[in-house]
Amino acid sequence: MKTSNELQRYDDNTRMNHWAIALLFFAAGLSGLAFFHPSLFFLSGLFGGGTWSRILHPYLGVLMFLCFLGMYVRLWRENVINPQDKDWMAKAGEMLKGNKAGMPPVGKYNAGQKVVFWLMTGSLLVLLLTGILFWHAWFPDFPIWARRIGVLLHAFSAVVLVLTVIVHVYAAIWVKGTTRAMTRGTVSPGWAKMNHPLWYEEMTRK
Amino acid sequence: MTMQSSLDIVARSATTTPSPSVRQGVEVAKLIDESKCIGCKACQVACSQWNELSDDIGTNVGVYDNPSDLTDKSWTLMRFTEVEDAAKGTMEWLIRKDGCMHCADPGCLKACPSPGAIIQYANGIVDFKQENCIGCGNCVTGCPFDIPRISKKDNKAYKCTLCSDRVSVGLEPACVKTCPTGAIVFGKKEDMVSYGNKRAGELKERGFQNAGLYNPAGVGGTHVMYVLKHADTPEKYAGLPNDPSISPLVSLWKGTLKPLAVFAMIGAVVGGFFHYMKVGPVEEKEDEKESA
Repeated sequence: MKTSNELQRYDDNTRMNHWAIALLFFAAGLSGLAFFHPSLFFLSGLFGGGTWSRILHPYLGVLMFLCFLGMYVRLWRENVINPQDKDWMAKAGEMLKGNKAGMPPVGKYNAGQKVVFWLMTGSLLVLLLTGILFWHAWFPDFPIWARRIGVLLHAFSAVVLVLTVIVHVYAAIWVKGTTRAMTRGTVSPGWAKMNHPLWYEEMTRK
Repeated sequence: MTMQSSLDIVARSATTTPSPSVRQGVEVAKLIDESKCIGCKACQVACSQWNELSDDIGTNVGVYDNPSDLTDKSWTLMRFTEVEDAAKGTMEWLIRKDGCMHCADPGCLKACPSPGAIIQYANGIVDFKQENCIGCGNCVTGCPFDIPRISKKDNKAYKCTLCSDRVSVGLEPACVKTCPTGAIVFGKKEDMVSYGNKRAGELKERGFQNAGLYNPAGVGGTHVMYVLKHADTPEKYAGLPNDPSISPLVSLWKGTLKPLAVFAMIGAVVGGFFHYMKVGPVEEKEDEKESA
């Protein structure tokens, strides 16, 4: 039921890029969580056992990183933090209580979305760099002290990424009308006016 | 293979519930008396023979160490160090039989993510169960002594088993049996500690003031111990660590933060669920919809 006044938020390539990352996040994330804590080792069964999980996990991770690079190139400019974001952050607590009235108007992305973007960028970069340090099949010769730093930071940034994705997914479920931006590419004018008024103005001015 | 079925286990890798540990045997230990070692490498040969290992022919790296390092097929290795004392104008040849120390607090077991790939028996032996090994190399990261080696053939981790198969049927390890000078002895841990201390005392009487038993407390003691002429400076012996312990990085990585992080991730999902139920969704107002 596409009406003419719907606003295009993401083109096809951006959406496919997003979903490739999402699928790889679950694949790399679940195979990685299998090694995170004994209580989660059962997840290795999804990938054909512990050894297969160990073999596949780094490839899935590298692939996710490469896909994210595509997203990063597309979106980083719109995610640069600006002074107004501080104001939005200060009032975010009120918004979470359900009181959206006092929120300062935002453009394509609000401060929360920007923080999510940069946390994902940062954690994925750390995951890649530290993961290489103990990818034994390809890089068996890094000194043991480097591996120790690697495993610790890898686990830490993995937790940061998982928590960030949980926030990201929840925000999309919480704010009705959001998911269609990624499933169909368009949003309703009402959604845009309410959640991203400055972006709405920009889009309708054209 | 009796060890596998006897169920006298005190710890298993990546396992949060108690191990089958009703049966509690006597702690054993291997004592290596460096002052009696002549560097003949019979222990290396016996190890290869008993464990049916045949390492590849290596290259001469200019020292007596042969092979030049521990490998997946060489679980023990004589390391030779020449220590010169410029003041006295003397040279000393130190020989140390390197291999798994069988720590009471094993860093490999702590680091391993695969349930039951590393087990610690009640007698103190730390054993790798290759059939459960996933080949990640975390044991390498966790070990304070740089012992485990990952095979290029099967990507499994290997190291000295302290001949757990022999010990379980009342035999001493192969290296102990073969040592021609009696430099390696095997028995109850407490007997080995007192014997080691006695040997260190004898060495002191002979002028080695710093002789002592190497049974490092930082890893809870070990089930392979050394009598060293220079126990004050174990680093002289091809870098034997002075006060080894599991790296704080490894402890932090595998410590209480991990279960807390699992709770945080589950908590974030549950928290989101309850937030939605309490606050409800953010929706466009009906009149907005109509006007749009």
